[in-house]
Amino acid sequence: MTRSRSDLTRRAWMARSLAAGPLAALGLAAGASPARAGTERRTLNVAAFPLVDEIVRAALPAFKARHPDVDVKVVSRQYADHHTAMTTALSTSVYVPDVMALESTYVGRFSQGGGLLDLRQPPFNIEALRPRFVPYAYDTAVTRKGAVVAVPTDIGPGTLLYRVDLLEKAGLTVEDLTRSWDSYVESGVKLKARTGAFLIGSAQIIKDILIRSNRQPGEGVYFDQQSRVLVTSPRFVRAFELARRVRRQGLDARVNAWSNEWAEGFKRGTQATELSGAWMVGQMGNWVAPATKGLWRVTHLPENTYVAYGGTFYAIPRQCPPEQRALAWELVQMLTLDKERQLAALKSQDAFPALLDAQDDPFFEQPLPFLGGQKARLLWREDARHITATPVHKQSNFADEVINTELDNVLQHDKPIDRALDDARRLLERRAFR
Amino acid sequence: MRLPNAFRLSPRWAPYVFISPFLILFAIFGIYPLGFSMYLAFQSWEPTGGLQAMEFVGLANFAFALQDEWFWKALRNTLWLAVAAGAPQHLVAIPLAVFIHNRFKRLRDAAIGAYFLPYITSTVAIAIMFSSLFSKDYGLVNAALQSVFGLAHIDWLGQGENIKPAIAIIVFWRYLGFNLVLYLAALQTIPQDLYEAATMDGAGRWQQFRWITLPSLRPMMFFGVTLSVVGGLQLFEEPFILTGGNGGMDQAGMTSAVYLYRMAFDFNDFGGASAMSWILFAVVAVLTWLTNRAFRPEAGRRAA
Repeated sequence: MTRSRSDLTRRAWMARSLAAGPLAALGLAAGASPARAGTERRTLNVAAFPLVDEIVRAALPAFKARHPDVDVKVVSRQYADHHTAMTTALSTSVYVPDVMALESTYVGRFSQGGGLLDLRQPPFNIEALRPRFVPYAYDTAVTRKGAVVAVPTDIGPGTLLYRVDLLEKAGLTVEDLTRSWDSYVESGVKLKARTGAFLIGSAQIIKDILIRSNRQPGEGVYFDQQSRVLVTSPRFVRAFELARRVRRQGLDARVNAWSNEWAEGFKRGTQATELSGAWMVGQMGNWVAPATKGLWRVTHLPENTYVAYGGTFYAIPRQCPPEQRALAWELVQMLTLDKERQLAALKSQDAFPALLDAQDDPFFEQPLPFLGGQKARLLWREDARHITATPVHKQSNFADEVINTELDNVLQHDKPIDRALDDARRLLERRAFR
Repeated sequence: MRLPNAFRLSPRWAPYVFISPFLILFAIFGIYPLGFSMYLAFQSWEPTGGLQAMEFVGLANFAFALQDEWFWKALRNTLWLAVAAGAPQHLVAIPLAVFIHNRFKRLRDAAIGAYFLPYITSTVAIAIMFSSLFSKDYGLVNAALQSVFGLAHIDWLGQGENIKPAIAIIVFWRYLGFNLVLYLAALQTIPQDLYEAATMDGAGRWQQFRWITLPSLRPMMFFGVTLSVVGGLQLFEEPFILTGGNGGMDQAGMTSAVYLYRMAFDFNDFGGASAMSWILFAVVAVLTWLTNRAFRPEAGRRAA
């Protein structure tokens, strides 16, 4: 659920290429919301994507108990289809749901169009609720003009997963991995020499984190608030250099995240660490490499780096009719402010709560069997509070691709880093103000 | 029972009524999108803001498109693929058609059917099949190249420089049969007398091919090449599916049509995408006109 980000984009592309497409673009597949019988029975339409849809459905009996006259219809589509359908619904104002689930990068994208209600207004008054959420999650939904367009429900604090057995075999400690990025790479050299395992699946993952960390206040990843292009800054140079060092020393398996080879590397224990969201532990245990149960541990990202890997939000579109808004808001509140419900989502779908009350529950102290009994949620809870929100620029998607292409040029064709970043800068500057 | 006069269709209106289903559908799915994209080409639009979020920007989208490096990159990719996949289709289809026409008797239809089959197969199925054929470690293509030529495994779909040839091979394979059918149809219209007369005059097989068959095929070449030019410049499905929808490493497989799609749906720039689509239309029109110039039957030398 809490995914996306560049390491997941490939998967999103795949899903989109095979499933989404012109039909969704025409809006034929968009969320249904006709037939609002104003008199007696009312229908609340919710659009969501897999796993979030389950969480919403789980809340329906309680909601129905309070509103027996309201039917709630949950329309669920695959991740990429869902966001394409929501874009289409907002752009044409047809089949707009009353509540939509959005992945964090799309919150940033959608907030630029004014198609989502500003929840600072009554009856929502979300500003009063601010202290109840993980700060970065709330801030992610704040637009440049100060409007708050969505409510966070789950988050994906970044974490470092490592194979404790391989680490021991190589004679390394956790500190060796986390002290600094340099020590992380040096540990990779020792790991490779003593165990034969790669440090990580792809050097790109390291670049992805480094370009997102150490941002100045107000800076996005690629652009600042005045749309100035930042890709030639030291942050990018360092990210590229470190990725190149990892590649040159043969420390990455050169596989794309979410590919079969990538999953195979975890199954066979040839990739000793992974940098990802906390939810990766669930993915790993459920399908990527269930047999490695007990061999993994998690720790903070190297060099006190704090980044988010996705997160889920609920938004209410401007097209939601005024008489439905209170109902829609009530459902959203139920999903985001009810401690028990947030914990249930954590237990059933691995959705890490954005609600602070839920994070203080004793459940967080329970050991995770897949991590050999580590109380990892406490670690993630602490990390999450250090994360800062990342402003999303209109051209972020394009910038992602330009930077990834230039990184490929550097890694595969030995293009000098300054030239690669300069080429990227030129492309981005042309679009910065479109 | 006679219908009351009010319900009778007067002969004057009947033709329009009968043709109206087509016209209505064409207006909705043909004219309207065309007009809308023309309108969009002059607007700046943040789609999630709704239709009212459009803002007139004059020719800015066209200016942007013409100065956009990726637009030219995509156009170069497209032209490369159009030539590399299009030219061999005809260079192979013509001799192949002649061969089948002359040599095959009972198995003729089966042979044509075999060649035509890829054309009517679903693109998605084809792309999935070729993805596994072109797989780096387990693909048949690499296995064959290794056993016959001893070549090292080629990363067909993961390396920028290999993606275009891979796509070109698929497009060639797919449309060869279509062109073959075109040329076979044309071959059947060439009068047998011409060949008999030529044989009497002592013309060899090559001379007959060069001076009778080829000139007679010229009108069909014009038709086939025009379709290849238009189809090649609009190439979308094969590269889109084969590269996972993003054009692949270094955008090497990103054709203009794929780029247009991505501009709109990945990069949220509908105005820019519309402007590019009209520029692409102009390119298609010019190249079609050039094809027409090259293959147009010349006065006084009309083919039989």
